Amino acid sequence: MEAALQGLASSMLVPASTFSDSAAKIGNVLEVVAVFFAVVLLVFYVAGKASGKLEKPVAIVVFLVPAVLLLLIGLVIPAIRTFYYSFYGATSAKSVGLDNYKWAFKTPAIQTVLKNTLLWIVIAPVLATALGLTIALMVDRMKRQAVVKSLIFMPMVISFVGASIIWNFVYNYRDSSQPQIGLLSKVVITLGWKHPPNWILSSPLNNFLLMVIMIWIQTGFAMVVLSAALKSVPDEIIEAARVDGAHGFRLFSSVQIPMIRSTLVVVLTTIMIATLKVFDIVRTMTGGNFKTSVVANEMYNQTFVQFNNGHGSALAVILFLGVTPLVAYNVIQLRKERATR
Amino acid sequence: MSFSLPTGRRRRRLMVIAPTIAAITLLAGCSSSKKSTAGASSTAAGTSSSAPAPAGSTSASAGGSTAPAAAGCDAYKDYPKLTGKTVTLFGSILPPESDSLNKSWADFQNCTGIKLAYEGSNDFEAQLGVRVQGGNAPDIAMIPQPGLLQKMVQLGAVKAPPAAVVANEDKYWNKDWKTYGSVNGTFYAAPLSANMKSLVWYSPGAFKKAGYTVPTTWADMMTLSAKIATDTKGKVWCGGIGSGTATGWPSTDWLEEVVLRQFGGQVYTDWVSHKVKFSDPQIQAAMKTVAGWYQNPAWVNAGFGDVKSIATTTFQDAGKPILTGKCWMLQQASFYGAQFPKGTKVGPDGDVFAFFLPAMDPTVSEVPVEGGGEFATAFRDAPEVQEVQTYLSTPLWATNRIKAASGWVSANQGVDPSVYTDPVDALSAKYLTDPKATFRFDASDLMPAAVGSGQEWKSFTAWFAEGQSIAQVAKDIDGAWPTG
Repeated sequence: MEAALQGLASSMLVPASTFSDSAAKIGNVLEVVAVFFAVVLLVFYVAGKASGKLEKPVAIVVFLVPAVLLLLIGLVIPAIRTFYYSFYGATSAKSVGLDNYKWAFKTPAIQTVLKNTLLWIVIAPVLATALGLTIALMVDRMKRQAVVKSLIFMPMVISFVGASIIWNFVYNYRDSSQPQIGLLSKVVITLGWKHPPNWILSSPLNNFLLMVIMIWIQTGFAMVVLSAALKSVPDEIIEAARVDGAHGFRLFSSVQIPMIRSTLVVVLTTIMIATLKVFDIVRTMTGGNFKTSVVANEMYNQTFVQFNNGHGSALAVILFLGVTPLVAYNVIQLRKERATR
Repeated sequence: MSFSLPTGRRRRRLMVIAPTIAAITLLAGCSSSKKSTAGASSTAAGTSSSAPAPAGSTSASAGGSTAPAAAGCDAYKDYPKLTGKTVTLFGSILPPESDSLNKSWADFQNCTGIKLAYEGSNDFEAQLGVRVQGGNAPDIAMIPQPGLLQKMVQLGAVKAPPAAVVANEDKYWNKDWKTYGSVNGTFYAAPLSANMKSLVWYSPGAFKKAGYTVPTTWADMMTLSAKIATDTKGKVWCGGIGSGTATGWPSTDWLEEVVLRQFGGQVYTDWVSHKVKFSDPQIQAAMKTVAGWYQNPAWVNAGFGDVKSIATTTFQDAGKPILTGKCWMLQQASFYGAQFPKGTKVGPDGDVFAFFLPAMDPTVSEVPVEGGGEFATAFRDAPEVQEVQTYLSTPLWATNRIKAASGWVSANQGVDPSVYTDPVDALSAKYLTDPKATFRFDASDLMPAAVGSGQEWKSFTAWFAEGQSIAQVAKDIDGAWPTG
């Protein structure tokens, strides 16, 4: 631990150049934001002048056009181009038909990537939601639940990259004869496991260790949303159920769960979508090595490291096709929930 | 292998932050690059040093404005004053090393009025591609891999250097360096730094105490390793190939050193151009030599654990056990000296020092030297950019940089060897300029980026971490080689 602390201490000393660099960057960002707001204000001011018959169409145009335009430029056109490129070779110069997709499903390394992604979307969201729900239930009748909730929600505030750096230290490996700097190794050695493995290298365990980070972050989100949903279940219903003899688990599974079902689904699919796009954790922790890569990371590698537009685009399309049904389902559930209110 | 000095010095703390910063810069860069191109429409062709200097001018403050830096400006009198212009530089050198860069061109900035805005990223190899393809290229990039340079030239983004840079290149560097800065016979980029890879770090004190002497042949080194292993009943070599998104690069160096020593410069060159494939019996034999050395379970990984722990140990941490006596030797480049904690004495009678990784067979190559370097690649051809490019190719800048801080070597022959204050720098400079040396540039830097900074790193990591077979590693890398 001492070494880790020293490392932390020395990393606090940020050289002056870093500071001035960042100051300039932050300044630039602020500049861009200020210009953006100025333009928005101007547009609103001009539009506000419109009156009478014109009022409604002008309002529609003012509100809709920027959104549609940005959506086209930032999402629709790139998506179509990506789809198109996925049938072309590395430099997008000549058509290769379905070769990129064949490559994606036939190369063993990419099969591992797809398998990992599948594991991620099944396990991480389910565990995060289950954990969040359990905590929400337990906290529900607790005094000072705000404190507990804040503590559990806190990881949500940390960026994936920051969280990954923290967990990188947790999983750090040193031979058991050496002083340990990894928390996990130290804990299990103290508990009597003499020779713990090199965590981050142990496939397939390492995939789950990375998922722990995602779960650690997302549990807070699940807990907060589900806790609110549980509170919105009318007391009369709970009381009626109690009178009818439902207690404990029966009350939970037959009354509370069905009452918050749509929220549950929304939470689950939201975390699933976040998980499908997981990139930061994998890239920070392993760079996709040790059989831990996922589609988003491999897509980036193929496009910007291997400079293979075709492979990268094909993976992007696969990822897109994977996310679409989840998003659709999520939207449908959200609508249903709104309709019941 | 991989990296030149800059990348080598990456610090773990920054490794992950870099992409975020880069993302912000993408935004920020838009506004600033627009500003600079606007002013740059004037005659771009004029090269700085050949441009007419004001006749008989005694001071450099020809611009007429209040120039505060009068003192040292004689050396810069050939550089026309271009006050208010900014040249952006992008590289993989991070603080604190980048502070030395800023120091090295401080006089130039004062005397010419050109502002040099350097930005370092730990994700440089990936970010440069993103920025160039996104239309947000830096004015000058310090590219450590000729393979990446080639890629950038193919993208059509690289500007030809001014005549003064070509003249400096011909005058101050040997021909090999010019080939490394060229793509398909056209010269694009002059080298900035040079680094020496063929070194082994050790503790002179520990060697002396145990009565070991520095090996001068490969066979000696192997005998010594076996002897230390039996004497101490411990591990001998330490190593780490963890380096964020560049994980794997130090292991590619190990193979390159062995190929150069076992089969010589010609095979090495053919291997770089893929005439000799990874699956070739010679490269396979070299990989087996590496496996017998850095994957020998009795010898590695001193201070960390088993052979596999090489993959999870960052290269920065790899040599630290030398200081505590847990590790005897580490093969790593000259720039590794910067990784030892402050206060560590580096030198022949210090806490750590390096020896030349010995030759295997004098008939194959007598003094095999592997090195790297980075190249100043221009993406804009405004006069101020060319002026900076020219300055960076002079012995003047190289000397300024050497004086700014140790840990930096130039292959520029115009530099007086006595300016080196650091013993490792002096040692590196000695081998880099040895007439008998077979000097070869880092192979993975020369290979196409898809292999040299992509598949090779990945496959070598799998070789060390997952025990993937040599045949499979070779097959995957050969398969990733871009076709046409």
